[in-house]
Amino acid sequence: MITLERRPQPSRAWSYLSPLLAVIVTMIVGGLVFAALGKPPVEAIRTIFWDPLFGDFASYFRPQLLVKAAPLILIAIGLSFGFRAGIWNIGAEGQYIMGALFGAGLALAFYPSEARWLVFPLMIVAGTLGGLIWAMIPGLLRVYFRTNEILVSLMLVYVADFLLDAMALGLLRNPDGMGFPGSRNLQQYPAAHNAELIANTGMHWGVIAAFFAVVAAYILLSRHIFGFNVRLAGQSPRAAAFAGVSADKMVLICLGLSGALAGMAGMFEVAGPSGQVLASFNVGYGFTAIIVAFLGRLHPVGILLAGFLMALTYIGGELAQMNLQLPRSAIQLFQGMLLFFLLAVDVMTNFRIRFGRQKVA
Amino acid sequence: MTRTLLALAGLTKAYPGVVANRDVSFEIQQGEVHALLGENGAGKSTLVKSIYGLVKPDSGVMHLNGQPFEPADPKAARAAGIAMVFQHFSLFDALNVAENVALGMENPPPLRDLAARIRDVSEQYGLPLDPSRIVGDLSAGERQRVEIIRCLLQDPKLLIMDEPTSVLTPQEVEILFETLRKLKAEGTAILYISHKLEEIRALCDTATILRLGEVVGDCVPSDVSAREMAEMMVGGTLHVPEREAGPEGDILLKLEGLSARSPQEFGTPLRDISVEVRAGQVLGIGGVAGNGQDELLLALSGEMPTAPQMVQFKGQPIGQVPPNARRGLGLCAAPEERLGHAAAPDMTLTENAALSGKTRKNLVKNGFVDWGGARDFASVIIDRFDVRTPGTENVARSLSGGNLQKFVIGREILQDPEVLVVNQPTWGVDASAAAAIRQAILDLAAKGAAVIVISQDLDELMEISDNFAALNEGRLSAPRPAKGLTIEEVGLMLGGAHDMEVAHVDA
Repeated sequence: MITLERRPQPSRAWSYLSPLLAVIVTMIVGGLVFAALGKPPVEAIRTIFWDPLFGDFASYFRPQLLVKAAPLILIAIGLSFGFRAGIWNIGAEGQYIMGALFGAGLALAFYPSEARWLVFPLMIVAGTLGGLIWAMIPGLLRVYFRTNEILVSLMLVYVADFLLDAMALGLLRNPDGMGFPGSRNLQQYPAAHNAELIANTGMHWGVIAAFFAVVAAYILLSRHIFGFNVRLAGQSPRAAAFAGVSADKMVLICLGLSGALAGMAGMFEVAGPSGQVLASFNVGYGFTAIIVAFLGRLHPVGILLAGFLMALTYIGGELAQMNLQLPRSAIQLFQGMLLFFLLAVDVMTNFRIRFGRQKVA
Repeated sequence: MTRTLLALAGLTKAYPGVVANRDVSFEIQQGEVHALLGENGAGKSTLVKSIYGLVKPDSGVMHLNGQPFEPADPKAARAAGIAMVFQHFSLFDALNVAENVALGMENPPPLRDLAARIRDVSEQYGLPLDPSRIVGDLSAGERQRVEIIRCLLQDPKLLIMDEPTSVLTPQEVEILFETLRKLKAEGTAILYISHKLEEIRALCDTATILRLGEVVGDCVPSDVSAREMAEMMVGGTLHVPEREAGPEGDILLKLEGLSARSPQEFGTPLRDISVEVRAGQVLGIGGVAGNGQDELLLALSGEMPTAPQMVQFKGQPIGQVPPNARRGLGLCAAPEERLGHAAAPDMTLTENAALSGKTRKNLVKNGFVDWGGARDFASVIIDRFDVRTPGTENVARSLSGGNLQKFVIGREILQDPEVLVVNQPTWGVDASAAAAIRQAILDLAAKGAAVIVISQDLDELMEISDNFAALNEGRLSAPRPAKGLTIEEVGLMLGGAHDMEVAHVDA
């Protein structure tokens, strides 16, 4: 008989080990799935995890790592506060889109301004505000009408998605674009372009914002009373109330924070790597960031590492699609498995397995 | 002539890190009320769980009516004629009495027949209970009757009762005792677990005393004093708190027509509570659990806002003032539920020290927590209140209930509040630790603080209170000086017997 026994204290070793173990198990099971699809499993795993960093075309892929990791990290850092406090913002994807629309919209309103000192900072503010406003909708609904923020934030993703379509075809469409959908390309608009800061590194302002968010989150969580209140609210809501933490304020702050960071990420993306408001602008960073947040144990440094890992699977996944004709959904399955196995292995942090006859408490 | 019903020989049960029972042997005779006495952690619960089939002892044997008895699970124990009334009820609030009873049965009869049987049994034993009432509307005493009747329907040979009187008024206790005496007269043996020594003296024929998992003695309770039994339990002499009468001070806390809806479903609303507490005074608030104690604490701690004038601190209306600002003024509170309310289970003692101590101990500077200061505060609490733990970096969940209670109470007292409100300060705490906590409360009052102690332990309240008031269905009786109150008067203040009647012994 195998039984699970609650540990008196959560195991520190397991909380570090379980993400690693989850990655390894994902590689094994993912390999089996690839093999079942008739693809060479070892080569597929190598293509995903090794080739982007050390393969033949690594010099092309390495900058991509920063470009893909930055929005994931930025969004995941924001989400991690809410997740710690038991506030589930599942709609970061929508907030990311709204940030992009607000940022790009502002930039295009100023077109063809040359005042970069004015336009670019205003775009950051507008993008942040866009995500914040979008996240406030589930927040205020929960506080005033006790709705479920999971459902509302998730459904608002689809609303944002349609708004994006509408903007790409309507209000923000490039007047000089011969009727093609999509806005002006911000990459060709110097005052608004979130360009690479150092050539061929992938380093842009969004990457700097992501690193800054990691450091700020670390300090906030370990030293600041806000971080303490967040942890308290998540672990035991009644103790948090006793400590004077207002549950409603916590909901608004956590949703606001995650929305703001997601919006900022969207703005940096639309002004830089993507360049255009297009229906195909969003590629699921807002959802993948949920995996990143949990894979990183909701810890800022963990999220930093997990962000790079997920960015790697994005790049490697594309590579595997090209080189091995792996279907796109197989790659998404692979990414989802990572979260699945992490949650499974996570049991070991709070429980230990006992073999032998059943003990009854 | 009595016959041995259940004999235990050499029962031993060890958990990782602790031996709960070591070589426990004693016998229970047919038709006797046998008390099992011991402090918290003495191993009483493990022992009765072994008898009830919930725990398998590592070694030792049990004989029931001379036959070897090894229940594999509670079902087997029940089949053998053993029934148990737990301290914590396992009832569904939303179902009625008969449905709740049916849920606990292996082959429940049709509900209408069952309801009739419940009525019969309840009348026979003087425990009137309407089978169609919703459990959520019942008082704690009535809920206990549901549990007892559930057991009686099985016609048990041995009835185990774990701390049955902790939720009852004195009158309800007397009625319960009549029921138990009637059962005893019919030949049912009762294994009675309690901390309350006077009750044991009144009810029990023999007592077995456990300390640290071992049997340390037995006695005939009516032949020895409560103090002697307590000292056998503790294994030393008992320190009785003493207090110096302080001068009558100013009114520090005043409640004026305090009414509020309960934040929880099936909670009790507070109804028009008015009372004053002066500096240096201890106001004891008695009452059976679920009569508004939790709500009163929430209204005082600031977790439940009320109209401003309803709560006044030194004449200042604070009904809308949130918890930390109240702490800043000098009003501290310690809720009843240690894990999950007064303390966060998975946080360290350092973090838990900061949880409520951050305001008065100045542990937050410019928004940043002074963890060094919090650690110092935690170690002062551990030191001054004799909290047994390896250190400040252990999580609250790893402490035993009594030790965590000392930590929680110590945390509030060491903030030097001007008004302290505590709910059940010594619940589940062993006798010597309870005495230490009471002494600390009295010392705080002697220094000029006003203290409100909400408790179900009437002996405790009589020992430390200057004034006594009772909370019944959310209403607070007018406070009366505690000195000279008889237990009957207290019982009437608590709302009497909730319509119970004495068992028809001749039925």
